[in-house]
Amino acid sequence: MTIHATTPAGGGAAESRTAPAPRALESEAIHVFREVAGEFDRPVILFSGGKDSTLLVWLAIKAFWPAPVPFPLLHVDTGHNFPEVLEFRDRLVAEHGLRLVVAEVEHWLADGRLVERPDGTRNPLQTVPLLDSIAEHRFDAVFGGGRRDEERARAKERVFSLRNSFGQWEPRRQRPELWNLYNGRHQPGEHVRVFPLSNWTELDVWAYIAREGVPLPSLYFAHEREVFARDGMLLTSGPWGGPRDGEAVRRATVRYRTVGDGSCTGAVESTASTVDEVIDEVAASRLTERGATRADDRLSEAAMEDRKKEGYF
Amino acid sequence: MGQLLRLATAGSVDDGKSTLVGRLLYDTKSVLADQLDAVHRASVDRGLATPDLSLLVDGLRSEREQGITIDVAYRYFATPRRSFVLADTPGHVQYTRNTVTGASTAQLAVLLVDARKGVVEQTRRHAAVLALLGVPRLVLAVNKIDLVDYHEQTFVLIAKDFTAHAAALGYQDADVLSVPVSALVGDNVVDRSDRTPWYQGPTLLEHLETVPAEEERPNAPFRFPVQYVIRPRTPEHPDYRGYAGQVAAGSVAAGDEVLVLPGGQRCRVDRVHTADGDVPRAVAGESVTVLLSEDVDIARGDLFAAVDRPPRLTDELDATVCWLADQPLRPGARVLVKHGTRTVHALVADLLARFDEQRLESTADPDSVRLNEIARVRVRTARPLAVDDYRACRRTGAFLVMDPVDGSTLAAGLVGSPLPLPGHARPAGRGEPVDGVGSS
Ligand SMILES: Nc1nc2c(ncn2[C@@H]2O[C@H](COP(=O)(O)OP(=O)(O)O)[C@@H](O)[C@H]2O)c(=O)[nH]1
Repeated sequence: MTIHATTPAGGGAAESRTAPAPRALESEAIHVFREVAGEFDRPVILFSGGKDSTLLVWLAIKAFWPAPVPFPLLHVDTGHNFPEVLEFRDRLVAEHGLRLVVAEVEHWLADGRLVERPDGTRNPLQTVPLLDSIAEHRFDAVFGGGRRDEERARAKERVFSLRNSFGQWEPRRQRPELWNLYNGRHQPGEHVRVFPLSNWTELDVWAYIAREGVPLPSLYFAHEREVFARDGMLLTSGPWGGPRDGEAVRRATVRYRTVGDGSCTGAVESTASTVDEVIDEVAASRLTERGATRADDRLSEAAMEDRKKEGYF
Repeated sequence: MGQLLRLATAGSVDDGKSTLVGRLLYDTKSVLADQLDAVHRASVDRGLATPDLSLLVDGLRSEREQGITIDVAYRYFATPRRSFVLADTPGHVQYTRNTVTGASTAQLAVLLVDARKGVVEQTRRHAAVLALLGVPRLVLAVNKIDLVDYHEQTFVLIAKDFTAHAAALGYQDADVLSVPVSALVGDNVVDRSDRTPWYQGPTLLEHLETVPAEEERPNAPFRFPVQYVIRPRTPEHPDYRGYAGQVAAGSVAAGDEVLVLPGGQRCRVDRVHTADGDVPRAVAGESVTVLLSEDVDIARGDLFAAVDRPPRLTDELDATVCWLADQPLRPGARVLVKHGTRTVHALVADLLARFDEQRLESTADPDSVRLNEIARVRVRTARPLAVDDYRACRRTGAFLVMDPVDGSTLAAGLVGSPLPLPGHARPAGRGEPVDGVGSS
């Protein structure tokens, strides 16, 4: 996978005008980006290097084309990132002239604002650096890649979701969302989380990635790597540590369904090496009926990971 | 993947809405394996012979018990022909708030009734709210048809009753379909049932897949609220100046003449641009960037409109509001109005009538309007807005009413009086709206 050198429309795929449903979703997302740019002073895109946040950046580029994206990206770096993801991030930022703010969890650990967890996992540690960064930079609108199809609890999330000055979501203060008239008003210290992909499904995301040629980190596609099994997941060695005694390392052909903290992000065995093959795999996982196989358990674990990440988003 | 259809569902508690939505998700295979598995396990635990599909979308029941706000939930399913965004609007508590929210974007609504009960008070209310919000098409799902032994006459009477009510609300026969279904067993939801040989119409899903999904009015005059001005000022694009927005109604092409409101200038469209290049024509719902041949001072909040059929430029709105806030509305309330991309200060000058959507009657001069009530009001805005009647254009006839202090959303506003109000005389206006262009 390479990044298109210039415009998001660089590929031939974009010429064949997207099919109506993806186009409607794209138009809706672009509308949301422009509303935020028009009504907020300091928006920011939360960027993890994952497919949903990469899609957000892609849509932001299209929303303001040919002008540069009028707000920065914010990456909360756990220090447990896959090197492929960081490299992808830096290339994306460089090639599209984006601005990047990085909040490094290491800094919070170094000065004692955060302490390492006994299990060494850093996903849950992202919240404090995120909220501190929002306060420090006075970000008033924070774009996230959350989608309403991810789980039942998210089905009621708004496109514009008001957060209080502690960054918390208060069910009672969520506003009815009428027509496409979004209400972004907030008090000083509050901010609004904005989810332009609310109405996309997992398959919509992949279909759009395929159609537009959206670049993704190579982790999303089948590759060979050394893995070991822990808690039913296939983990890999990295700055976050390696196998414990008795955890056997083997070579396997795997891909990742989500990117996050390497200490707890599992790979799945897969030979899907192109976007189309990934789409087939995602579509097949929906068709699986009763009597779940081991593979389904892994899929559901991947879904759980998505959710954990979305807590951060 | 085909077109996108946005629909809403409404029904009273226990009519089987969760089961029906669950069945649509299940039969279109739009459920993830892990969710499905959880439902199968829970159903077995409860000793059920068949999976309880309502568990796929449930959550409402527990919410009700926990006293959490009962809210619209969005569901997604797709067939090879179409993708569907379904706004699942719970009945019961706060039904107006939920139905208004779900209906505001819906191209079609599915109303449920229990075949044993037929059309009940809440069915009429829901239908009235759907009509008010301008949902173009209705489907009545006569559910639990298995519990009336698939009796044709029962269905026919309910369908007749509902069609008459819908007609009173302004629906043509062609825009209303009644389907006998059993959400539990699956009759006529996705697959045609052989237990209703007397029913010749499409199954629910067949109808959803084939009902026209394009914008309601293909010949509507062009409307385009300017969201954002794109000025790159980069070496490659030193002079680019584009007006970004989503086409609200009608269409636009290079060479068209447009009227800029509220300024009143006439301009020629030079290009209709997107990140994928110029497009020959942009239609309602598409996000594009419009470049003009002339250099004029245009900002967010302005509206481009068809020259021959412009909207009304006015600072006084005769409007209908669905009140969604706990604190009641009283005459003289100071509010913010967001219309298109423009937000202005406003005063609710008069409460003209409160509308009883059950009996399709109204009470004149109420002293307040409470949560979930619908009323006709007169609003004065600090600056003129370019509006259409809601019936003529949903996008430019709609507005939000917001609290100027805490920013909360108080009401859904609709320009004009979208429902027929028999027996209610319009009170004489205090000064007619400022009509036309350039009179501001
Ligand atoms: N016999 C029969 N029972 C149904 C049907 N649809 C729903 N039910 C049952 O009616 C009850 C209420 O259904 P539910 O979907 O939870 O209703 P909701 O409150 O409208 O969401 C449940 O016990 C369902 O199993 C149907 O078509 N036939």
